[in-house]
Amino acid sequence: MTTAVFVGLDMGASRTKVVVIDAQGQMRGHAVKKSGIDFAATAAFCLDTALAQTGAARCDILAAVATGYGRNNVAFITQESKTEIGCHARGCYHSFPEAITILDIGGQDNKIIKLDSRGRRDSFKMNRKCAAGTGAFLEEMSSRLDIPLAEMNDLARQATQVLKLGSYCTVFSATEVLENIRHGKPVADIVKGIFYSMIQRVLEMDALSEKVVLSGGVVAHNPYLVEMAAELIGRPVLLPEFPQLTGALGAALYARDGFQESP
Amino acid sequence: MAQEKQPQRKKIEATGQMMQIMSDYFYDLNAAAKSAERKVAWCTSVGPAELLRAMGFAVHFPENHAAMLGATRMATELIPEANTIGYSPEICSYLTADIGAYLKHVSPLAKAYPGIEAPPRPDVLVFNTNQCRDVQDWFSWYAKELNVPCIGICSPKNHTEVSEVLIDDVSRQIEALIPTLEEVSGQPLDLQKLREVVALSRECTELWRQVLETAAAAPAPLTFFDATIHMGPAVVLRGTPQAVAYYRRLLAELQARINSGTGAVDDEQFRIYWEGMPVWGRLRQHSELFAGLQTSVLVSTYCSSWIFPDFDPLDPIRSMAKAYLSLFIVRSDAYKETYIKRMLEKFHIDGIIYHDAKTCPCNSNSRYGMPQRLEQQTGIPSLVISGDLNDLRCVSDEQTITNVEAFIEQLEERKHHA
Ligand code: SF4
Repeated sequence: MTTAVFVGLDMGASRTKVVVIDAQGQMRGHAVKKSGIDFAATAAFCLDTALAQTGAARCDILAAVATGYGRNNVAFITQESKTEIGCHARGCYHSFPEAITILDIGGQDNKIIKLDSRGRRDSFKMNRKCAAGTGAFLEEMSSRLDIPLAEMNDLARQATQVLKLGSYCTVFSATEVLENIRHGKPVADIVKGIFYSMIQRVLEMDALSEKVVLSGGVVAHNPYLVEMAAELIGRPVLLPEFPQLTGALGAALYARDGFQESP
Repeated sequence: MAQEKQPQRKKIEATGQMMQIMSDYFYDLNAAAKSAERKVAWCTSVGPAELLRAMGFAVHFPENHAAMLGATRMATELIPEANTIGYSPEICSYLTADIGAYLKHVSPLAKAYPGIEAPPRPDVLVFNTNQCRDVQDWFSWYAKELNVPCIGICSPKNHTEVSEVLIDDVSRQIEALIPTLEEVSGQPLDLQKLREVVALSRECTELWRQVLETAAAAPAPLTFFDATIHMGPAVVLRGTPQAVAYYRRLLAELQARINSGTGAVDDEQFRIYWEGMPVWGRLRQHSELFAGLQTSVLVSTYCSSWIFPDFDPLDPIRSMAKAYLSLFIVRSDAYKETYIKRMLEKFHIDGIIYHDAKTCPCNSNSRYGMPQRLEQQTGIPSLVISGDLNDLRCVSDEQTITNVEAFIEQLEERKHHA
């Protein structure tokens, strides 16, 4: 196996993701860690963890591209950066090379990206200055309910009905949740209502094309959200193999393409 | 996308002259407020300034002061002062910043112009609601606070055509202002003087149009960010010979740039139309962001709003009415879309950026489906960024940068695949 590799580093506001690919675009290694306060250290840790899975060393990296909120903080690894919009698009199109609408639910923001059949971006939208429908909203609710994030998915699945939240303001939603608690409503129904509200907020952002791809860390950890989205949209949705890594994968693909195109 | 390059923005040589005439203007206003003989009128940006000047008033434009509060980043701390007395953070942040500054006894004028403490005290306040209702609320607050008369024009809105009926209405409203203004100024309206002022306004506006249209050249010699600064005289000094002289000089400089192929942005690759207001507290950052992406934001509805081809010295009052009714902001979406489409073609635009300003719905044209309609009709992609003119609490720099960079990536992709 050749050790020459390409790296994509997605420094998100919430999590840092690294993907290492080979010249064929095959994923060879990956790592995810909370971004924390020392971006450089987190990036280095993820990079070395992902590289270790491939047998390659840092000197085997032919090219690397950074993306995400902290993309300009990791210049020690890569001089090149691309926006997360571009990288999510590239990563998802790699898995689904057709006209698609990507719904990416991240820790801090949501994106809706529309691609044509050649993978060109037709348009994109990010959420407004608001946590509605983002991972931050889910985290806030998990702490309000005192239920670990990791348990929310299974709880929501046990619900017998959805207790819908009417507001898109996190504080107002929290008040609604408290009201439900006061009225002794089942916790599972409340959690399902929270999931429902997240999907609803994302779907309100833009019209969707025929094929919808879901990505992002929130989706990766909450498969029930995917089922719920499909139900609300009214048709099955597509899910990449590693939904949390599409941005990093896209960055790695850009790194490879840029390297191969360079004279 | 390639890593951002060091931004290259070129300085406009005429800036010194502009600073001088703006300084003369503010000192003259200050002197007028202090003198017993001269009277001061406050006027909204597209209010009847011609009439006021013809009647000898020194004219202050609170919106200009509010924009200065924004540009100096004083606004964000002053807005809450107005919020506490009942003005919501969701309404015009010019209004809230300006009233906040009054309540706190601060003004950017005091820093920029030694000897001036605050905006001049008005003898009369004159509004035109052609732009929004907020200006009337804003002026009414001062009227009560300072016990001075507040009069104005309640403009028809959302029209596609500027019909004779509408012009009749606004002409009569302008005429109805005259008795109060005569009483405050202590002199009758001199129609000949009004004709002269309207003629000067017309000339100023014509030169300003030519200045903005230099940006149709590729590369564009002037950006939107430059224009927001250089429109100062067109806003506060229209109807004066100083403004006319200034724009002659600026125009000559920009024409020289065109002749030598000098762009305002180095190696211009993309040309953007800006729809909406500037984020005053981020002018420099935004200008550098785009320059670093080899992108010229070169034309805007906002700066073009001070072009009034209808002014006619032969029919001063009716032509003023027509000009104030022709303003972009007061028109229907059908008119606005036709206008923007013309501009997109004329300026060879690659993409539109809509600034959705939280506190100014009237200048935020992305809220009723316009981006989608225009994109469908022209194929030119667009981006909406959330922000505000003055309230930096509504601005996310990170989100703006990511959105703008991703949009330029999108344009690059299109060019690449074309
Ligand atoms: S048009 Fe907008 S910014 Fe101007 S005064 Fe009205 S609300 Fe304020």
